[in-house]
Amino acid sequence: MPEPVLQPVNDTLVLPAPLPLDGGQVLENVAVAYETSGTLNSDKSNAVLLFHALTMDQHVVGTHPKTGKPGWWAKSVGPGKVIDTDHFFVICANVLGGCMGSTGPASIAPDGQPYAMRFPVITIRDMVRAQVALLDALGIEQLHAVIGGSMGGMQALSFAANWPARTRAALVIASTARHSAQNIAFHEVGRQAIMADPKWKGGDYGSGKGPENGLAVARMAAHITYLSEEGMHEKFGRKLQDRAEKTFGFDADFQVESYLRHQGLSFTDRFDANSYLYITRAMDYFDLAEEVPGEDGGGKLASAFAGSEVRFCLISFDTDWLYPTSESRGIAHALNAAGAPVSFVELSAPFGHDSFLLDVPAQDRVIAGFLG
Amino acid sequence: MSVALRPDLALIAAHVGPGARVLDVGCGDGALMAVLRDTRAADARGLELDQHNVAECVARGLSVIQGDADADLAYYPDASFDYAILSQTLQTTKRPDLVLGELLRVGRKAFVSFPNFAHWRVRASLLWGGRMPVTRLLPVAWYETPNIHHVTVRDFRALVADQGYKLEGEWFLSGDHAISPAAAAWRAEHAVFLLSR
Repeated sequence: MPEPVLQPVNDTLVLPAPLPLDGGQVLENVAVAYETSGTLNSDKSNAVLLFHALTMDQHVVGTHPKTGKPGWWAKSVGPGKVIDTDHFFVICANVLGGCMGSTGPASIAPDGQPYAMRFPVITIRDMVRAQVALLDALGIEQLHAVIGGSMGGMQALSFAANWPARTRAALVIASTARHSAQNIAFHEVGRQAIMADPKWKGGDYGSGKGPENGLAVARMAAHITYLSEEGMHEKFGRKLQDRAEKTFGFDADFQVESYLRHQGLSFTDRFDANSYLYITRAMDYFDLAEEVPGEDGGGKLASAFAGSEVRFCLISFDTDWLYPTSESRGIAHALNAAGAPVSFVELSAPFGHDSFLLDVPAQDRVIAGFLG
Repeated sequence: MSVALRPDLALIAAHVGPGARVLDVGCGDGALMAVLRDTRAADARGLELDQHNVAECVARGLSVIQGDADADLAYYPDASFDYAILSQTLQTTKRPDLVLGELLRVGRKAFVSFPNFAHWRVRASLLWGGRMPVTRLLPVAWYETPNIHHVTVRDFRALVADQGYKLEGEWFLSGDHAISPAAAAWRAEHAVFLLSR
């Protein structure tokens, strides 16, 4: 029997009020593009807000308008699925700084030109603030849950710490409470690759072909961090690409090279280079303990959650070296110290950081059980 | 109440006051926590080593953290629970004495249950067979058992006395039958103690 086709609703809200930013600036007429699935019940108590990761967008379920592929979590969101749209009204918004309809560096500034590098540097909390404004507009006082993986997990943490009354639960998958030196280092490689591309032009590449080579290299470097060594070995090993012998040249002899080049190039068809700069910067700036210093001002993570009544669940994967288990465990300990109801589990999966998007049955059981 | 609740867990559940804050250390699949939540309106939290068990607990809507008794109790604040529970886990820890101290730091009271290694079947196996016992309660051979610190009722009472802990209650079981404290050293398969500082 064919699966019922879920038709999500796509919409864009222009925020009625100016959006204040952590950097001190204020953005006017901020657009928030979002997708919803399911039906909001009469007392508006069944809404679940999904936060997307760095290179994803609001198209969780629906076909992606640029790639034609299914949404990034269509596997898990839908009628009768792990996040059951027969019960929940699922919302996902393109982040501030993004390039799929929400205001970002490619948007037109009040002077009629694209913002480009004049766009203010934003933070994870700024992204969340824009989505809280969306909830206000939708009349949703309190969510059933916020859910996010990777950068989405950072937004879920920031949401729960800064707006604890607006959700009953927070599910944080393969994420971290702050970027490590190694995380920042990988992002800096990506940003420098973009900026070193002559087509970047200080960000003023307009609507034409931007720094595609730089963006592709940035994606290639980042993509390595999403996979596990074991997973890469199993998938590619030292296998050669469509040839019997090494060519003694610099063509993509190895399958892994060919794969990464393809990942890099196809990424440039759907992502804006300046958006990549701004969003990775926001991730690097993220440090929840600094963001919510608490009454003691001591920058301790536990203070960020003091008095929280939000139920938390943290999931990590044993092969994720980008945001390893120790990060999630540290958050769980901080929540414990704050007395918050928290669950934490490290799941075994071979796919590295990307495991949260892939087929891990144990994750499905945990998510479904946690959402209740 | 769950029909499948192990006798020592049923005993503990029966002695936890309503609405208590409870930490179940080594909570397994969450059977006791679920009963405490559903019949005692307890605010139950768990700590469990095995990821499959943790996943099972979370799937039941319980708040459980993956971690182990030896290392992770240190992250809980003092007196943050009315009861800390350690059922059938003491004998698997690296330092039972330290774990016991941690239980009574994070919990105002602590339930501790363990299989009695001086039960007459164990004694008989050692005395007549000269072999480490493989019994109903200790079903795994010596080389693969997780029980690295076997303990008897008298050992445990001695440790409690040495540490100066207060004995608030003690219960002894053979199967699901109660055994008197006087006969416990020989005849108890399971011992359940309630301690405070």
